[in-house]
This record gives sequence, structure tokens and C-alpha cells, in this order.
Amino acid sequence: MKSAIIVFPGINRERDMARALTLISGREPAMVWHADSALPAGTDLVVIPGGFSYGDYLRCGAIAARAPIMDAVRAFAAKGGLVLAICNGFQIACEAGLLPGVLMRNAQLRFICRDVYLRVERSDTAFTRGYNAGQVIRVPVAHGEGNYIADGETIARLEGEGRVVFRYSSPDGMVDPNWNHNGAMNAIAGIINERGNVLGMMPHPENHVEAAMGRTDGRGLFAGLVDHFKLAA
Amino acid sequence: MISNEPAITPELIAQHGLKPEEYERIVKLIGRTPSFTELGIFSAMWNEHCSYKSSRIHLRTLPTKAPWVIQGPGENAGVIDIGDGLAVVFKMESHNHPSYIEPYQGAATGVGGILRDVFTMGARPIACLNALSFGDPKNPKTRALVAGVVSGIGGYGNSFGVPTVGGEVRFDRRYDGNILVNAMAVGLADKDKIFYSAASGVGMPIVYLGSKTGRDGIHGATMASAEFGANAEEKRPTVQVGDPFSEKLLLEACLEIMAKGCVIAIQDMGAAGLTCSAVEMGAKGDLGVTLDLDKVPCRETGMSAYEMMLSESQERMLMVLKPEKEKEAEAIFRKWGLDFAVVGETTPTKRFIVRHGGALVADLPIKELGDEAPLYDRHFIENKRQPVIDAASVKPPMPNSDALEKLIGSPDLCSKRWVWEQYDHVILGNTVQRPGGDAAVIRVNDGPKALALTSDVTPRYCEADSFVGGKQAVAEAWRNLTAVGAQPLALTDNLNFGNPERPDIMGQFVGCVRGIGEACRALDFPVVSGNVSLYNETKGRAILPTPTIGGVGLLDAFTKSMTIAFKAEGEAILLIGETRGWLGQSLYLRDICGREEGAPPAVDLAAERRHGDVVRGLIRDGLVTAVHDVSDGGLLVALAEMAMASGIGAVLEEQSRVPAHAFWFGEDQARYVVTAKDAQSVSERAKAAAVPFARLGATGGAVFAVDGERPLPVDELKRRFEAWLPAYMAGSSA
Repeated sequence: MKSAIIVFPGINRERDMARALTLISGREPAMVWHADSALPAGTDLVVIPGGFSYGDYLRCGAIAARAPIMDAVRAFAAKGGLVLAICNGFQIACEAGLLPGVLMRNAQLRFICRDVYLRVERSDTAFTRGYNAGQVIRVPVAHGEGNYIADGETIARLEGEGRVVFRYSSPDGMVDPNWNHNGAMNAIAGIINERGNVLGMMPHPENHVEAAMGRTDGRGLFAGLVDHFKLAA
Repeated sequence: MISNEPAITPELIAQHGLKPEEYERIVKLIGRTPSFTELGIFSAMWNEHCSYKSSRIHLRTLPTKAPWVIQGPGENAGVIDIGDGLAVVFKMESHNHPSYIEPYQGAATGVGGILRDVFTMGARPIACLNALSFGDPKNPKTRALVAGVVSGIGGYGNSFGVPTVGGEVRFDRRYDGNILVNAMAVGLADKDKIFYSAASGVGMPIVYLGSKTGRDGIHGATMASAEFGANAEEKRPTVQVGDPFSEKLLLEACLEIMAKGCVIAIQDMGAAGLTCSAVEMGAKGDLGVTLDLDKVPCRETGMSAYEMMLSESQERMLMVLKPEKEKEAEAIFRKWGLDFAVVGETTPTKRFIVRHGGALVADLPIKELGDEAPLYDRHFIENKRQPVIDAASVKPPMPNSDALEKLIGSPDLCSKRWVWEQYDHVILGNTVQRPGGDAAVIRVNDGPKALALTSDVTPRYCEADSFVGGKQAVAEAWRNLTAVGAQPLALTDNLNFGNPERPDIMGQFVGCVRGIGEACRALDFPVVSGNVSLYNETKGRAILPTPTIGGVGLLDAFTKSMTIAFKAEGEAILLIGETRGWLGQSLYLRDICGREEGAPPAVDLAAERRHGDVVRGLIRDGLVTAVHDVSDGGLLVALAEMAMASGIGAVLEEQSRVPAHAFWFGEDQARYVVTAKDAQSVSERAKAAAVPFARLGATGGAVFAVDGERPLPVDELKRRFEAWLPAYMAGSSA
């Protein structure tokens, strides 16, 4: 699996992501500078990582979504290439029109860093094939603006088409306002686009890939992607 | 032109925080009346914050050397060797005055400043800690200060991308008018690639890098060197404004040009901005410096020389670059979208010369600006010792189970989750132990080594007996590092006190420094960096003496780090160390009995060392399953914390003749609680080392049961432990 991580000024989880990808795929990802206009030839997976691109100034993800490299990312996605957009990446993907909706400030108006439980809604996507549908995983979040909101029609469509792939839940998989730590609509933690090749999610599976750092629940996502490309090859 | 050159009057001198005799010293030194800009430069260099004029004479007594110390105090940060060609660079610094005036920006720029100190030396920051002291929760300002400071720390550190993994939060009415915000940053560098601030070579270009200079923070360091009056809020314009985005870019750009070998010397612009950084680089290198202010990138037009020299705008650096690498360095900075300007050069004259608009605005002897700063051996009186309180004379006002419930739900002992959940503590993927334990543990790169980090001080002990309090702060930091299995290596100290011109305050300072020095020597735990913050007073009322100790320790294997949580049912709970039931200055005496008195617990450094070495050995050899240092609140609080961290209960029994409340809540030092599958092997180790040892009970069940007391369900304890701070911040309790 040949991955490329997009690096915008102010991004800060690109190293975490690179380490997780290297650990699980056995191959170091390419780091692609925001001012470049092309992705490395043969890229399988594009990752838009977490952080504070352009300081989150103006609006989270708004400036990054208009960076030169994003034209290449949009073209890559349009051709069916896989794009994994995490945290600030999710915000950027929404701003770039790759995914619907928007990430607003957390309901409690504070930055929150803690482990959360996610119910995996389906296992038949390239991103979630490493999990079972209904499985609950535990991964950290670290964001101030992760409260997913979209208009009623969009939410209905997302739900109707099964495009909500991760939902905040209790440890035993119940969706409950007490476990929806940022107030997201329908406890949405991650969604895919219509074609299923772009995933946006707020939590950080890349920070739970080693037992010594707490848990390994995040591995399934990366291991699943590796399998996906193995099968395709 | 002359509009920025007002006549030098006694009022103007006083406004610059200079005493009449200090001004006389300036006139004698330069042989004439200083210009307005020169007066500003002197006030920036000679204030307490930058010159350490009241503290230097005492700081010299601290031990700063050990075979593993690469750089002690005097540089931007301390540097220690951790083997494998790696060095740890760290320092703690206060941002107290600004954080009270403007909590968000004050705290944010405190974090920014300390991060810059670390990466200026060539290290990539890997962790931050924060020690925070706030006023009485009932004070109407406290809640807003907590909210502002915490979100400022998070706002800067989270965006910069460094995990904030530990620290302390305390409340006391003595901090009502002067909160303390002490920020510590820790970085990792290659041992042979440390960068220093001394310039070398004549005619070398001096380069200004980073953000533009604006009118913020002018006189910040001078403001921080004075007491607050009734008008503290009016000083808001002296607080700087932080931009973590620029700092992140500055970090990446600096590390990149360092890696490319472009840098001869580097100094960040912190307190007193351009003035302090330029003078330090020149003076340390025995060189003169000429600055042309017309070249300085400015955020606004029409800034005077005076304003430019005193601005404390953030995210700026000054460097001496290798001339042949100048173009390469400039290209790197342009790539990161940062300003880059050659603003001066080094000269052989040892003069500090500043030009602006073609005119000479300062011409001063560079060495004397720093070296000839006033040095005071201030008069001090030692604190009056308080009597030792006999535990038998303290009547318990409530059952011990009630007291425990009250203590763990109190502002000082309750869970600080509300605070540290606002800090990204998992970024970089190396956080082995998150906040909430004895010390944070951060893996070094891909391992196997790890660093343990903690910050500690018990201000009420320091006030009751400064010498003992100074010792205790160091001993507790050493103990916390030990409790996670680390070998303590070195510390940074952040000494927060009131007005040193008052002999009783100066006495606190001197006592604490002596105590710190004695403990450092006894524990082989040298001071490698630090910061002094004096004049933490409002309307003549000083803070509690608060010498915060930031400790760094090393684990050989991150997989062997020990935590406080009980691990399994049916394990033996053991106490290492002696319990005499010391209630003087305890939280039990203060919060349960309403008495703030007595001598603080004695600190026996030989016992600390002996007990700690045994505990570290037990961890290393896998003989214990959980370890927790016993400190604020005493034994029962420590045990409850171990139960709450695991959800596993305990059955406990007193094993001494000490009155029960004193046994469970006394704050005797040099103690650890450990759990073990096999108590025998632990007791053998303790006996062999002549370390006092007692069996307290066993883990198990879901109830915390102390012999003769009402049993407490662990989940109920936990609910109380977690309840106070969120409720307080939501405005529903005080």
C-alpha cells in the first residue's frame, strides 16, 4: 500500500499517521507539501491528517481546502482513489466538497481529549473491513470542533444510504447522549462519500495502534486498508 | 524625532521600574544621561525578571552538575544526557503576572515562550506540563481565571502539536490576586547537535526570523517585576498575544536550518524581546552588536526605536548564521512563510549600537548591560518555626470514612480531569502514562527508553518552614519519578515568591533555596534550569511561597513503567516507609479540622533515598504490580486513588499504635504504597535494606473497606472524586 500524507502548514499529526502506516503497512508514506500540485505516481491512499492547518484561522479547514494540492486530491478521489481524512482532515474534506456537512464547535464549547467508544456501523467498506459490523472500538479524540452537523435532507440521505460508518457509543454499543461527547447529530463520528472511497472521521485511530500506548483498536482500520489493496492487486 | 525622546525625569525613571540609585549606576556606567531608548534598554535588562538581581546570589548555591548534565542554568534551557546519543532539553518558566491580567493570552504565551526556549536549543518538543495555582474557589474571579488559563494552555499547546501530559492545579485564597502559571517544556535532541546563544566571529550577519514586531508586550518584563496595585487590569496592553500557528512554522523552519548546518548561534526573543536577545548573544560571545532597526519587519508603521527594542511580540528568533548559508536559510524560512531579515552584525567593539531612521539611538557597553546589573544581597529574616502538633491532641471531628469522602471531593484533591481533557495529551503517539498518575511517562522515539515527568511543590509546607518545604518539593518530585519506575536525573525550578524587598519574603526565598539545594545534593538530582518570579503580591499581600520543581527521570524500558491502579483482586497492599501520624500542615488538619498550623512533616533525605531505591528495584524486578507515592491527604487518600484508578476495592487494617485518623491522614514523607502478588519477596527486600514496611490489607471487591469504618463503594468514591471541578466550572458550586 503506497500512501501519501498531505502536509499543510499547521498540521501536527502527520508524524503519528506516518508511524502508524509504516508500522502496519510496512511501507513509509510519502509526505506531500501543500504547495505541490501533484501526488506521487502510484499513490494508493491519500491521507489528510489532523492538526490545525493554517492555525484554524478563518474557519477550520477552509484555507487548506483551497490549497494547490487539493485539486490533485479531488481528481484522485473522482477517479475512485481512497482518501482517509481524520480530524482536521475531516474538516478539510468537508470544506473541499469531498464530504457533505460541517464540523461545528463541540457542544460543551471546550476542546476535548479522551478515549471514546465508536460503534462500527458496517464492515463492507475499504476502511472498515478490518472490523465487524456492530463492533465497538476505543480510540482517542482530540478536537475542539468535531460536532458534525448537516441539513435534515443530508442526514436522512447519509443514514438511508448507510454512509455513517462510525458512531459515538457506550462501551457496549448503545448510542446515548451521555456518550456523544461533542454533540454530533445522530452521534456521527465518521462518514463516507457516496462512492465509498472517501472517509472522514474525527477520532484518531492512528494513536491507538500499540498496546504500550493504551490500546490497539485503531489497527483494524489500517490493517483493513492493507488487505483491501492486497486483494485488489 | 524628538517626540520619542522625552526628557529623563525622576518620574520617568520610576515608571521604568528603576530605583534612583540604579539610575545613578547607569549614569556612572555610561558617563552621560541615557537617551529615552537607552533608558528603556536598561529597564529591560535590569528588571528583576531578566537580571535576577535579588536571587542570583542565592541561586549560585544550588548544585548544577552531574556526569549526565550537558548544560546547566544560564542557557535557554538545561540539557541532560540520556544515552544512545540523545539529550533531553527542558525548562520551566512562569507567566504569572500576564495570566492574571489576561488569562487566555497570558497562559498561551507562557506555553509558547517555554516551547521556544526548548527548540531554540535544537530540540523537538515532546511534552509540556503546567503547574497552576488559583485563588479561593469562592473568589468571584477564580472561575473565569481557571477557564481562561486552561483554554489558553490548550489553545497554544494543542495547536502547536505537543502533548500536555501533567502538572498540578491548586486553590488557595493566597493566590487571589496573583495566580501562578508555571509552564514546563521538554524536548529531545541529538547530543552533539545542541545550539547555544553565544555569537562568534566578527562581521557575521545577525538575522531576524519569525513573526513581525508589533506594539504588544512593551514593558512586559518590567510589569512582571512589580507588585500589582488596585489597577492590575489596566496593564493589559503589556500582555503579549500568542500565535501557535506561527510558532509551529518557526519550529519546523528552525529545526530544518539547524539540520542543514546554517546556524552559529540562536536566541529566542522572549522577555524584553530584541534587546535581551541581541545583548545576550553579543555579551556571551565577547562581541559587540550593531542593529539597524529600519530592517526589522514590523506589523505596524511608525514604531519608534523604543517600542521596537521593548516589544515582546511572540514567535520571533534572532540568529547568527554562517554567511555562506544565508541564502539557503532564507529559502527555508520563505518556504514556511516566515519573515527573514538581516538586521545587524557582530562587531569587535563590545558596544551595543542601535540605529533607527539613520540616527544613533543607543550606544552602550554590551557586557556591562548584563554583567553590571545590580546585585542585591537583600536582608532576610528566617521564618518563625511552628510547633510540632501531637496527633493525640487533634480530636477527629468526623468518622474517617466521612473525612475521606470530603477530602477526595475537595478542590485540591479532586480529579483534575476537567483540566487535562482540554489538553491534547496523546499527540505524537508516545504517551505511555497519561495525566492522573504520579508522573507522566513519554516514550523516547521508538523506545525502549522513556522519560518520566512531574511537577511538585507543597506551598503550605514552604510557608510553615521554608527550608523543610524546599526539601520536600524536591523529595516529592524525586518520589513521583521513582513511583513510575524511573531513575530521577535532573530538575528545573520555578521559584514563585512575593516582594523580595520584604525581609520575611526574602527569608522564605532563602530558606526554600537552601532546602532545594540540600535535597538536590542528597538525591543526586541537580538543577539544570529555572526561573524566578518575584513580586507576586497584590496590595501588600503575598502568595504562598511556591518553588515549583519540575523533575525528569529515565526508564530503561517504557514497557516497565508502573502505574497507581490496583491490577487484580487478592493482591497484598503494602506500605513502604514509616508512619508517625504527622498532622501538622496536613490537608486533614486544614480541610477537616479547619486549622492551618503546625510544623510541616520532617524530610529525612537519607530515608527518601533508601526507600526510593528499594521501590525502584521492586519495579525493575517485577515484584510489585502497582505503586503510588503518599503525599497530600496521606495514606487513605493514596489508597483511594489506587482503588478509583482501577475500580477494584480493598480491605484495609491499621498496623500501628498511631491514632487512626493520624495514621490514615498524616502526611509523613518517604512513603509509597505498593501491591504485590507475593508479599514475602517485597518484605525481604525491605528488610534487607532496613526500610520500614507494613502490610495494610488486600485488594478485592468493589468496596473500599477500612477496619472499623463505614465501607465505601469504589464507584461512589469515584463519583465524588470526579464531581467537584466540573460542577464548580459549570457555576453550580464553590
